Amino acid sequence: MAWLIEFLTSSIGKKLVMALTGLFLVLFLVVHLIGNLQLFYGDGGQAFNVYAHFMTTNPLVKFLSIGLYAGILLHAIQGVLIAWQNKKAKGSNYAVTTYKNGTWMSKNMALLGILIFGFLCIHMGDFWYSMKFTDTVPMITYEGVDYQVKDLYGKVYLAFTKWWIVVIYLIGLIAISLHLIHGFTSSFASLGLVHKKYTPIIKMIGWSYSILIPLGFAAIPLFVFFKNLWNY
Amino acid sequence: MKLTLKVWRQKNANAKGHFESHAVEADEHMSFLEMLDVLNETLISQRKEPVVFDHDCREGICGSCGLVINGRPHGPQAGTTACQLHMRSYKDGDTITIEPFRATSFPVIKDLAVDRSSFDKIIQSGGYISVNTGQAPDGNAIAIEKEQASDAFDSAACIGCGACVAACPNGSAMLFTSAKVNHLGKIPQGEVEHKHRVKNMIKQMDKEGFGKCSNVGACEVECPKEISISNIANMNRYYLASVFGGQ
Repeated sequence: MAWLIEFLTSSIGKKLVMALTGLFLVLFLVVHLIGNLQLFYGDGGQAFNVYAHFMTTNPLVKFLSIGLYAGILLHAIQGVLIAWQNKKAKGSNYAVTTYKNGTWMSKNMALLGILIFGFLCIHMGDFWYSMKFTDTVPMITYEGVDYQVKDLYGKVYLAFTKWWIVVIYLIGLIAISLHLIHGFTSSFASLGLVHKKYTPIIKMIGWSYSILIPLGFAAIPLFVFFKNLWNY
Repeated sequence: MKLTLKVWRQKNANAKGHFESHAVEADEHMSFLEMLDVLNETLISQRKEPVVFDHDCREGICGSCGLVINGRPHGPQAGTTACQLHMRSYKDGDTITIEPFRATSFPVIKDLAVDRSSFDKIIQSGGYISVNTGQAPDGNAIAIEKEQASDAFDSAACIGCGACVAACPNGSAMLFTSAKVNHLGKIPQGEVEHKHRVKNMIKQMDKEGFGKCSNVGACEVECPKEISISNIANMNRYYLASVFGGQ
């Protein structure tokens, strides 16, 4: 066991934890987006609400979600700790910093991470918390579904009619996109997976993922907001 | 050419440093260090304390010199040490700011000289091969594939100057350590101790208080020997293999 603790507290062990939890969250975003696309169905929310009911009551999903919460917390706490230790290792900075090496994202991953964490708190407080722990989401019954489900669809549509909530979501998604542009490729390097043939492919997938997935998420609040605005 | 230098002056590791301005008359054929020699001659003739800076071979192979010139370790020229940088890179009337390498594990000794013995300790922890060298062996006694030898040589070009640490926003020594690990691990003489070497050198690197690589890439840009950042990813892989695959 001593070897494992030594590994996990080593610089490369810490990077490995960041890379693995990061890639796990990358996978989660895909699942999350596919589920949420059901908001576009145009069936008054039946598909989405039944799906949301399944995601909050199914024992296997409940078990997996514990892993997700742990992954987010581990990634966030470890990330802040690493950033703090790195700042300490750098000590003072240079007087002249006009020449810039490396991308802005790569040097501000902790800042972007904190922004994303703040956004996650707002996002989960809005939907996850009120769905799971309050009675503010009304029950609804659908034909052909023999149990009552919570009308999360209605809650989402109500939230995204407010412009400032839409703005918060867009800021959060831009932060996620920037965080991913560096994080996706960087996680492979931390795992030691750098190769003349494959790294350009990983980079290309990383860039496409980091732009397309946040765009997909951004489409939801924008769609709802403008649909409501134009009474369409 | 007439230049204005803003030089970092610091009495010792614990003293608070400050910038000092000096006017210097330099020639475009001078190297950067020769220009500093001119400054020091002037200071000595005025009975002032000369500026302390590290230097030795002055031909770009020893790794002793190391200055941050206008925010860039070893100055503006790619693949060049400060001693091989020439004043023709500057114009008459330029102001040049000269600072020491900055990292907590490289404390300032005096002025522009920093203590890089943390690098020596990393080398002592595994940056060698344990065989008696004896007489010079026949060059081709051990057959090594050309590509493998070239790879090892690319990493072996590291002169251990510490510009990677100076350039890294995290104060990480991973480019230096990984260059040594790759250089020695890719040739048969060094491969025997490879697994232990990776573990020991990383352990020492962490102990010296260096930061963690976040794949920014500033190190490979500023490295005077153009060591590639892919060395770091290779080291990560070797480390994982030696921790999980070893005994």
